[in-house]
Amino acid sequence: MKARVFVTLKTGVLDPQGEAIRHALGTLGFEGVESVRQGKVIEIELSGTDRAAAEAELARMAEKLLANTVIENYRVELVG
Amino acid sequence: MKSAVIVFPGSNCDRDMAVALGAAAGRPAQMVWHKDAALPPGLDVVALPGGFSFGDYLRCGAIAARSPIMRAVVDFAHRGGIVLGVCNGFQILIEAGLLPGALMRNQTLKFVCRDVMLSVETLDSPFTSAYGNQRLIRVPVAHHDGAYVADAALVARLEAEDRIAFRYADAAGRATLEANPNGAVGNIAGVLSENRRVLGMMPHPERLADPRLGGTDGAPLFRSLVEAVSVAA
Repeated sequence: MKARVFVTLKTGVLDPQGEAIRHALGTLGFEGVESVRQGKVIEIELSGTDRAAAEAELARMAEKLLANTVIENYRVELVG
Repeated sequence: MKSAVIVFPGSNCDRDMAVALGAAAGRPAQMVWHKDAALPPGLDVVALPGGFSFGDYLRCGAIAARSPIMRAVVDFAHRGGIVLGVCNGFQILIEAGLLPGALMRNQTLKFVCRDVMLSVETLDSPFTSAYGNQRLIRVPVAHHDGAYVADAALVARLEAEDRIAFRYADAAGRATLEANPNGAVGNIAGVLSENRRVLGMMPHPERLADPRLGGTDGAPLFRSLVEAVSVAA
């Protein structure tokens, strides 16, 4: 079973890297880019087949390591 | 004072830290590998050095904070042990949950490596007591991810509890925007735990603790530790 964990900055947390990307997009001529927020996608392969158990386990992984919940949100997605 | 320096793969200030601790204590600091599950017995102080543990993978300090030795360091801190984290060590302490807040990419997005001025905000800690009247010090910073982040409620709490140890300051001791090398909220450079015995700071006191290195403003921090430990003994 494959899973993706999306880790993004919480609203209100300043994202200087996103801001730099926004500037670079403007330099390349892309107009109308009002804001950019960047984050991470972590792809995980699990051996189990129980989807509910996998979702719970992935949430625990995100809480304990994959995200810093002081500044980041996470979202878990099972793919296939 | 019996001290130990934890060494992670990618630590690069571990020997500087050991030299500074050893010089102040008059006995060498022990080096402890991150895979050890226990600390040497009878320690007074544990230091987490600067560097790039685990290549800063995932988030700075995130992997190191989950290494075997950190369980022992967290226990040590919970028993009232003195723990100092500098630079990457500060990031590790936050990731381990021993200090509040977060450290993010510098607002300039640049690695900053230069001397900064710090105002010593409190003398009430085993790390700062020896600063006395010396309330403005020069210490180097060298980091890419040192912007301390905390919400307004946490900042207010840290201020009310006198837990901000150092702030980036100008030559007059004022915490101005220009004096802030990384965009840290409130110019915060170092914070103390609730029991005041854990300190995390981005600047490197161990790099200016010997006149042969061009300055000694970092030395009182290590003297404070020695005094705190000898008073307690």
